[in-house]
This record gives sequence, structure tokens and C-alpha cells, in this order.
Amino acid sequence: MTLPFWQPWLIPILPLAGALLNGLFGKRFTNSVVAAIALFFTGASFLVACAHAWVLVNSGAAALETSYGTWIRAGNFSVDFGIYIDHLSLIMMLVVTGVGFLIHVYSVAYMEHEGGYYRFFTYLNFFMFFMLTLVLANNYLLMFVGWEGVGLASYLLIGFFFLKDSAANAGKKAFITNRVGDFGFLIALFLLIQHFGTLRYAAVFDIASHFPAETAAGFLTAIGLLMLVGACGKSAQIPLFVWLPDAMEGPTPVSALIHAATMVTAGVYMVCRSNAIFSRAPIALLAVAIIGTLTSFFAATIGITQTDIKRVLAYSTVSQLGYMFMAAGVAAYSASVFHLMTHAFFKALLFLGAGSVIHGIGGEQDMRKMGGLRKYMPWTFWTMLIATLAISGIPPFAGFFSKDEILWQAFSSSHGSKIFWFSGVVTAFMTSFYMFRLIFLTFTGEYRGAQPEAHSSHDDHGHHAPHESPWLMLAPLVLLGVLSVIGGWVGIGNRFEHFLDPVIQKVSTEQNAVQTGEAAASPGGEAEGAGESKGLETALMVLSVLVAFSGLGLAWFLYVKRPELPAKIAEASGGLYRLVLNKYWIDELYSAVIIGPLVAFSRVVLWQTVDQKVIDGTVNECAVAARDVSQIVRQQQSGLIRSYAGWIAAGAAAVVAYMVWMGTR
Amino acid sequence: MIPISWYLLLSAFLFACGVTGFLIKRNIITLFMSIELMLNGVNLSFIAFATRLGTLDGHIFVFFVMVVAAAEAAVGLAIIISVYRTRETLNVDRVNLLKL
Repeated sequence: MTLPFWQPWLIPILPLAGALLNGLFGKRFTNSVVAAIALFFTGASFLVACAHAWVLVNSGAAALETSYGTWIRAGNFSVDFGIYIDHLSLIMMLVVTGVGFLIHVYSVAYMEHEGGYYRFFTYLNFFMFFMLTLVLANNYLLMFVGWEGVGLASYLLIGFFFLKDSAANAGKKAFITNRVGDFGFLIALFLLIQHFGTLRYAAVFDIASHFPAETAAGFLTAIGLLMLVGACGKSAQIPLFVWLPDAMEGPTPVSALIHAATMVTAGVYMVCRSNAIFSRAPIALLAVAIIGTLTSFFAATIGITQTDIKRVLAYSTVSQLGYMFMAAGVAAYSASVFHLMTHAFFKALLFLGAGSVIHGIGGEQDMRKMGGLRKYMPWTFWTMLIATLAISGIPPFAGFFSKDEILWQAFSSSHGSKIFWFSGVVTAFMTSFYMFRLIFLTFTGEYRGAQPEAHSSHDDHGHHAPHESPWLMLAPLVLLGVLSVIGGWVGIGNRFEHFLDPVIQKVSTEQNAVQTGEAAASPGGEAEGAGESKGLETALMVLSVLVAFSGLGLAWFLYVKRPELPAKIAEASGGLYRLVLNKYWIDELYSAVIIGPLVAFSRVVLWQTVDQKVIDGTVNECAVAARDVSQIVRQQQSGLIRSYAGWIAAGAAAVVAYMVWMGTR
Repeated sequence: MIPISWYLLLSAFLFACGVTGFLIKRNIITLFMSIELMLNGVNLSFIAFATRLGTLDGHIFVFFVMVVAAAEAAVGLAIIISVYRTRETLNVDRVNLLKL
């Protein structure tokens, strides 16, 4: 097939070029040059990605694979540097480059007053390179390279303000928690090599398509579960979600790009990419759904009690990722990816808006010290309101379509269950509640921060009055706002689902046979059932919208109408409130159960026994032995010439005696 | 004809005298003379074998040894004079600056 323009390698390489240029020479450039380089390469990558998306969609092909040579060859096993673009990676690459570019633009203004300007953009471009490698790879190993690379970039950017202890620790926490997940992913790759003999997507899915769905736990289930472990680490699911809230120590654009819109969705991407495997491993699929449901529910409850604006958003991200996992877990992969996309828009917008708020009031992140900011920063307010409406699932904003699709699939899918649906609805209610709580606390009422007027009349060095951010920061907000409104419309009439159809493998013939058998058993029931389900879908849709509005209403009642109530409720619920406020003491639990024993074990066994006694002891004993032997031997070197001469004579005599003895034998 | 073993016995005796002298004497000049004695003991066996085998190799070796011995004597005596000038003794046991 001849294609007009097909150079997909440009998409990841362009940000890499930007990173190298800024990383090697950025120190000598002025800030505007650094920004221009970063923006140029990211923007160019976005344009190239758009061109390729256009070519792919118009070519009508399901997927286009391009290989750029062999990377590893060992016996029959080989891995290529290859790029695989189908409709799934197409969506991912457009989200990554598009949202990434907007966040780059935003960062140009946001990071202006921070040190390490060029370092920041180097890392950011570096991240883009690895993220694009992750989504465009044509095999699992190359995906793993991107997977680790984004982990590294995330570590570097969380610890960007490395002089702050908490930032450095948060970076380490993120990295180490991710290692746990990566370990699972790696073992999944080993199993893939063992059972499939290849890591190329196309080959793996082709071979997988010959397997029937497993009814008991087999190797597909094992691979699926191990991949889930990896996805849990990267996408911050229970039990490995603890790093994401701490990751908010990084600069806000980083939170928006890496810890909301793109990197944390890598786990969802992987599960959806591997749908051929997951769909044949019902147990693994169920585990995905359960973990997603639990995560979305618990993270939402924590989100209600947090007062740091970025932490609320962080828990909201964890919760929404849980939604995506739930969708993937009921085999509604397209709904999952759909939510991934809309979430990228509105959550990036929320983070950037929060960044704009923090920027505007001089670095304060505590919502209790905000309030009334609507009149100071109207653009931020309106765009954040749009995003909040979107995440709460209020039509016609983007989140409504994707969230509704997920809830419907959770309810109706053959892998779904009413429990998932119910938990999803409750979570939707909580989401709506805590998001509007955030809006009301931040933007309505009176400003509760440090009073600026008294200072600013005398000197300009104290607190400035809250002010709107520069247009360079507002432009991305507005664009993302537009996307948060219209981004969901592609899902009307299941168009999005059909767009992803080529990516999602139909599960084994056996199951289809069962389904068709059932359909055949109840002739004429199908049309009736379809009409019924249409009515049911509408009813559920209305219900979820009502739930979203009731969350809004409750937040309004508690934080606008009767602002004294929340404290009373918190007091009345006592222990429960403290439990949730302290995030269920998960961090404390982990440090007591895992980290404490691990540190103690490392200290006593690894450090004091193995390192100090065994390794150091061996080295020291060798030295002591050498010294002792030398102590004896050094007596020979007496400095007495006659002693030397005597030894030489004795030696010569011994040689002569030996030769005589040999000769006479 | 004197059997070659007699020459060799004499040669061994001279060599042993030299070794013994070298080991028990303390005066550097005596040590020097002992070394000459050992060299000459070896020379004697070279000559004895050369004559017996009817070749010239042994003679040539002996000339070499004598040349080396002469050079050694020249350098050695110079060193001895130098040692005596600085340390005012010829007792080897007291020339022991390199000792531990």
C-alpha cells in the first residue's frame, strides 16, 4: 500500500530532539529560546501525529505497522524497533501530543519565575518522547521501555523542586511504588515469551485468537493478572495508588500532564491494548473490574475530605482511573478509552485551573484559605466550572457521555454486574459532590486568604491581591474548556465505539456460539430485548444525571447555603471522618506492615549482617591474613648479607644434591 | 694421566673454601678474596672439562670469567675504599643501613 506521507518515527523523535537540544545547551539559552524549542518540537510532533491520524483513517486500514530494524535477536525470538498505529494508539497519541502541547504552552508562563527553566522543559519533552514510545510501540518490550521511561520522567518531575525534602521523597515513593508494578509487568512479558514466543502485538493477538476463553485459571489468566499488577502501579490503583497523591509535590503542569492526562492512563491503555488476552481470561477481567470499582469508590470518599486543592484533584484522578479500569474490567474497552480521552481533557483543565488559582494567590494550596476568587479570576472560574460539570457527568459536557457509557456497560455487559453499576453511581454522586465543593470553596463566598489590601498600599513586596493569570496560561484553559464541552460528542450514537471496533478482538468462537445459541433459544426475543434495553439505558442515564445534580445540590447546600454545617457533620461522624481524612491510614498501614519490616530487615540482615559482617568481614580477613603471613616472611629480609649468602649457598647445595641424587638413581 | 675427578674434587674444594670464607669472614676484603676463590674453583672445572673434551668452549668461558672478575675487582675495590672513607670500617656486619 502506498501512503502519501508515512513517517511515524517522527512523532516520538521530535520531542526527543527538543529534550536533547534543551538538555545539552539549554543552560546557555535564554528562557524564551528554551520555551520556543520545547514548543516547536512538541507542536511539530502534534502536527505530524494529526497528519498520520488523517492518513490512517482515510486509508481504511485497521492498523499500520512500520519496522525500523531489529533490536534484539535470540534464536527464534526477536524484537523490532517498530511502530504500530491503529485506532487505539491513534487516540492515545493525539491526546498525548495535543494535551501535552497545550500544557507546554501553559508551562511557559507558569514556570517563568521558577529556577531550572530549561531543566523543566527538558524533562517535559523527555516525558513526551517516552510516552509516545509507549503508545506507538509495536511490541510489548518497546512499550516497556516507554513504560519505564515515563516512570523516570515522572520521578524527575515530581522531584523537580528537589531542595524540598517532601518533593524528593514523593519522587522516590512514586518510583519505588511503580517498581512493584513494573515487576509484575515484566513477569507477564516473560510468560508471553514462554507461551507465545513473541512480543509483537500483531503476532500475540493472532496467536491468542486461537485460544478459547479460559474457564479456570490458566496462563492467560496469569498473564492478565500480572499485567494488572503493572497497570495498578502505573495507573495508581489499589493497592499501589499511594504514590499519586504525593506526586502532587511536582509543579502543577506536571500534575496535569503526567499525573492526570497521560502517564497514569498508560495502565488503562495497556489493558485495552491487551484486550485479546483479557477477554479470554475472565478471572483476570473480573479482578480488573473489582480493583477499578474499589479504587474509584475509596478514592472518591477520600476526595471528599481533603482540603488541599491539588490533592482533591489527585484523588479524583485515582477515582476516575478506577472508573476506566471498571469499564475495561467489564470488557467495555472502548468506553474505557473514551473516558480516558474525555478525562484527559477535563482533568488536565482542572489541574491547570488549580495551577492558575495557586499562581494567582501566591502559592497557597489550601482551599480553606481561598474563596471568592470568581471575581478576581473569571476566566479560570468559568473554565474550571466547565471541567467540573464535565467530570460530574452533567450533559452535554464530555464526561457525561463517557461516564454514562461506562455505567451502562457495567450494568449491561455480560461481564458486568449490578454491584459495579451501583458503586459507580454512588461514586458519581461523590465525584459531583467533592468537585462542586472544590468550586464553591475556591470561587464563591469571601476571600479567606491573607488580606492583601493592607500590605499592597504600602509596598509591593507583600501579598499581591489575587490576580488573573497571563493569557499564555488562559489560552490552554480555554482550548481545553472547549474540548471538555465537545469532546464527548464523538460518543453520540456509539460512533466512538465503532471507531475502536477494529482494535477490540471478538472473543473466541465458543462464547459467540453460546450467545447465538441463547438468542436462538428465544426466537423473536432479541428485537424486543433491544427495545427494552434502549428504555433501560435511558432510565439509567436520567438516573445518573439526577445523581450528578444531587451531588451538586448537596455541595451547594453545605458550602454555600449553610457553610457552618460541614464542620458539624465532621464532628458528629467523629472516627469515620478522621479515618477518611487520614486516607484510611493506608500510608501508615504500609509503613507499618511493609516498609517498617523491610527497613528493619535491610538494616539488621542486609546491612549489619551481610554487608558489614560477610562482605566487609571477608575483605578485612583477607587483609589480616596477608598481614600475618607477611609478618612471618618479612623476617627473611634481615639486611644481613651473610644471611642472604648463606641462603643462596644452601639453595645451590640443595639443587646440586637433587641433581646428584637424580643422576645416581 | 690424572683422572678428571681429581681436578673436579680440587675445584669443589676451592669453591667450598670460598663459600665458607664468604660466610664466616667479616672483613670486606676477605670476602672479596673468597669470591675470587670461588670463581677460580669454577674456572678450574671449566678448564678440566675443556681439556678432556678437546674443545675451546671452556677456555673462552674462562677468559670471560677472568675479564669479569678483573672488572669486578676494579669496581669492588673502589666501592670498598668509598665505604671505608665514609664509615671507617670494613666490617660487613656494620654496613647495614638497608636492614629493617
